[in-house]
Amino acid sequence: MKKPSRHASFSYSLYELLSSMRFAIGLLTIIAIASVIGTVLKQNEPYPNYAFEFGQFWFVAFDWLGLYDVYHSAWFLTILAFLVISTSLCILRNGPGFIKDMKAFREKATDSSLAAMQHSEEFEAANASPEQLQGYLAAKGFRLRQHRRDDGTLVLAAKKGAANKLGYFFAHIAMVVICLGGLLDGNLPLKLGELFGRVVAETRDLPQSQIPEQSRLSTRNLSFRGNVTVAENKSADVVFLNSGNGYLVQELPFIVTLKKFHVDYYSNGMPKLFASDIVVTDKATGKETPATVRVNHPLIVDGVAIYQASFGDGGSPLNFKAWNLASPEMPPAPITGVSLSSQPLRANGHQYSLEFGEFRQFNIENMERSKAEGAKSLSERMHDAREVKRDKNLKNVGPSITFKLRDEQGQAREYHHYMSPIEQDGASYLIAGMRKTVSEPFQYLRLPLDDEMKIDTFMRLRAALKNQALYDEIARRSTAKAMQGSAISPAMRQQFEESVKWILARFGEGGFSALEQFLDQRVPADKRQAVAQTYIKILQGAVVDVMAVANERAGAKPLTQDGRHYRFLLDSLVAASSLNDYGVPVFLQLDGFTQVQASGLQMTRSPGKTLVYLGSLMLVIGIVLMFYIREVRLWIRLGNGRVRLAMTSNRHNRDLDEDFRRHRDAIQQLVRGA
Amino acid sequence: MELAYSFDERPLWQRLNLADWLFAALLVVAAGVTYYRYGAYMDVYEQGILAGSTVGLIALGWFWKAWRLFLPLAGAIALVAIQLYQGDLARGQSAFWLRFVLSSQSAIMWMCTLFFLATAVYWMGLLTRSALLGRMGTGLTWSAAVLGFAGMLTRWYESYLIGSDIGHIPVSNLYEVFVLFCLITALMYLYYEAKFAARQMGAFVLLVISAAVGFILWYTFDRQAHEIQPLIPALQSWWMKIHVPANFVGYGSFSIAAMLGIAQLLVSHGWLKDKLPSAELLDEVMYKAIAVGFLFFTIATILGAMWAADAWGGYWSWDPKETWALIVWLNYAAWLHVRLVKGWRGTPLAWWAVIGVFVTSFAFLGVNMFLSGLHSYGTL
Repeated sequence: MKKPSRHASFSYSLYELLSSMRFAIGLLTIIAIASVIGTVLKQNEPYPNYAFEFGQFWFVAFDWLGLYDVYHSAWFLTILAFLVISTSLCILRNGPGFIKDMKAFREKATDSSLAAMQHSEEFEAANASPEQLQGYLAAKGFRLRQHRRDDGTLVLAAKKGAANKLGYFFAHIAMVVICLGGLLDGNLPLKLGELFGRVVAETRDLPQSQIPEQSRLSTRNLSFRGNVTVAENKSADVVFLNSGNGYLVQELPFIVTLKKFHVDYYSNGMPKLFASDIVVTDKATGKETPATVRVNHPLIVDGVAIYQASFGDGGSPLNFKAWNLASPEMPPAPITGVSLSSQPLRANGHQYSLEFGEFRQFNIENMERSKAEGAKSLSERMHDAREVKRDKNLKNVGPSITFKLRDEQGQAREYHHYMSPIEQDGASYLIAGMRKTVSEPFQYLRLPLDDEMKIDTFMRLRAALKNQALYDEIARRSTAKAMQGSAISPAMRQQFEESVKWILARFGEGGFSALEQFLDQRVPADKRQAVAQTYIKILQGAVVDVMAVANERAGAKPLTQDGRHYRFLLDSLVAASSLNDYGVPVFLQLDGFTQVQASGLQMTRSPGKTLVYLGSLMLVIGIVLMFYIREVRLWIRLGNGRVRLAMTSNRHNRDLDEDFRRHRDAIQQLVRGA
Repeated sequence: MELAYSFDERPLWQRLNLADWLFAALLVVAAGVTYYRYGAYMDVYEQGILAGSTVGLIALGWFWKAWRLFLPLAGAIALVAIQLYQGDLARGQSAFWLRFVLSSQSAIMWMCTLFFLATAVYWMGLLTRSALLGRMGTGLTWSAAVLGFAGMLTRWYESYLIGSDIGHIPVSNLYEVFVLFCLITALMYLYYEAKFAARQMGAFVLLVISAAVGFILWYTFDRQAHEIQPLIPALQSWWMKIHVPANFVGYGSFSIAAMLGIAQLLVSHGWLKDKLPSAELLDEVMYKAIAVGFLFFTIATILGAMWAADAWGGYWSWDPKETWALIVWLNYAAWLHVRLVKGWRGTPLAWWAVIGVFVTSFAFLGVNMFLSGLHSYGTL
């Protein structure tokens, strides 16, 4: 025998290794472990998030390892490629043998090999008729072949369940087909283009038209999956693909125009329907296709599937009342703007940049205050456990807008303003939130609303609180009232008036914190509590007069004196005090809007899908054949008045023992002779 | 579940008896009535599912005779409940039979109780080697399954009483699929128990069902998760009707396999050896459970991919749930390879099946608890 050359033996052992079971199991394990990484580490986040989370060193290291997009990293794809190679080689290696085996009946099996089989028995046969036995086997679904040996004995070789081997082919070819389909959709040409620098991801935030050619993909691109946001009555003819730290622009063969976006809610406030009415215009022919795209109901045009992916604000025109907080006597000025855009704002001699965020028409909030679980009795709990329906106290609190006001130094505060009155504990408020940095939660102001559900009365009161010219009149009325109620003696009149004026001045200047600061600095600790209570009492008495004076001067109807309105005044004090920390000298009250929605559409072209589905079908067929078709072979050797029965199967289990017994009994009956 | 061959060579239709045909006729009539009354509300896929499930359920009844009794019984109980409701959900708290037995939640609570009882009785039966207790365990498990299944059907009806736009098949959130898990696991176990005449396995399989029941109780009483919620747009699809049950056949079988793996490990270490069936038998049932689970898990994952292609824009997004489904699939693919090709048997495979169920549980629960992604319908 010729000795194989070293080279040949190396490639042969490589072939052996790659096509081996051991290697395949190893690959399955490695793929499983590698897949875990991508589920633990959030994939495809913006890069700064990773840098922030891991620190510079690990950020760079993980980036180098491709951990931010594991499933598209070179090493992961290489492992998958090895799985394809390994499976293919496994088919090549075992295939020919399996096919031969499927065809063979092994009718030339020797006596000794038949005797050595696990299920094998020999017995006397007085009257063995081959025809009768053939009939029996055929009735049992066997295919058979006979072989007359030189010594005159006859061997009937029968088998069934050859499809079991077919299952092997189906399942393993399926894996290769699925992987190839996936690879096709993974867009290898694009990956290579990126690798060799022909395609470069854009990382800057540029208008679509200015994005350079090297970041654009033509309509000929084989497969893609990208997103685009289109506002109502606007169009798009590209989608954006995520790519590492940046994005690529994919040209589309058509233009998508969003006519209208719909969102419906269930009675409990949960979203029920997201749908976009779109018109698709073919660039080449100009043909227009109107359609509605819903979640679970994509539209397929030109091999591109268009999905409803997300929704949001599309830049809504807004009207505001701008209240000048530094000059509270001034009436509010009307301002217009558009959400998701920026505009300059001049207030109190300072230049600001007004950066609008998202406008939301609906804000569904859970108003539920459920009873503490511990306080429930057993029967209440049982009642709850039986109840499949509970009306959640969800409420639409109406439109809201977020915006930032950035000063000349570039410092910005962020605001979150609601438009509609929101009821809390029985009174109505305008809610406005403010925060200094994105990381902290919004702090909400509650501006109390008057009988007309406006903030005008509150603003009038606030103006009067800050107007020192009114203090004399206010102090006079407060003092008179105090004397009428015999709360103070006439001797104290002058002193009380001064106190009222002093407290109003302090409060007007800096709110409650200014009073508190004074107490902390000037009053001994043991008396602070008592003095503070006196101040508050005086302030709470005076505010009624502040309101009355302010209303008289404005020619407005006086406030009815009742508990509800008194609460309004107390709330006003709190709000006026809090407004001192508002940060900018202008309060923008959202006053009107024209909603323009935007729809996030995902568009994909995946030519590999057909292959993947074909592979999936083959996989299921393969698994069924492999597990549920048992390959059985059976031999009957007749001669010299004896019969040998032998049986094998590719799988041994209890059923096989039972089957063998039954065949043996039946055949023994047949050959015993009539 | 070997379809390979049976010694009775008569064609299938000759082997069927009167009860088989009555069962089939009953199901065809039920499907016909359903189609006549509700066909107009179904799209073509749902009509296809109705036809397909009718054929499938008949086939299941012909293959597994106990099913011919189980399904009509559960259906009849659900129909009684539906009659008692008289179209008014509030009667669930007032009408006696609904309140204490037949409303979906009461039925499910009875299911929970009966599963606990069955577990205890199976264990007593195992430890005392009492055949009577074993039979009682079987009876309790069957009763639990009947009530649970009836409860699910009733819940389906109740969801429509809340609102015609809210009604949906009860396989849409973590609570509902946990009940489904208990049912499927119990039913598959009952099949194997009858086929292999080994009631001792019940003590182990019912443990995993009891664990799920414990979760259901906590989820109900602590989190009020049993309330019926409308479907978010992503779940409004006929795919849900086939994807979810197929998945739970997989999860159920893998759990049975793991519990039998534990039993097998005990036997091979000599514990309970005189009380449990032989290691070979446990090994064989374990293999059969994993084989059927693997088949259904494969189908479920493929169905999931096809649904994702309709809903999320691609058949595969490497979403955590998808990725973990792949990991589970790879795990059992490897298990089956070493068993069928390498011929492994016994302890290592039993250990592997036990570890496998941890991987499976993470895919089922852990992903929802610890990872975020597209598939976050059930949170704790």
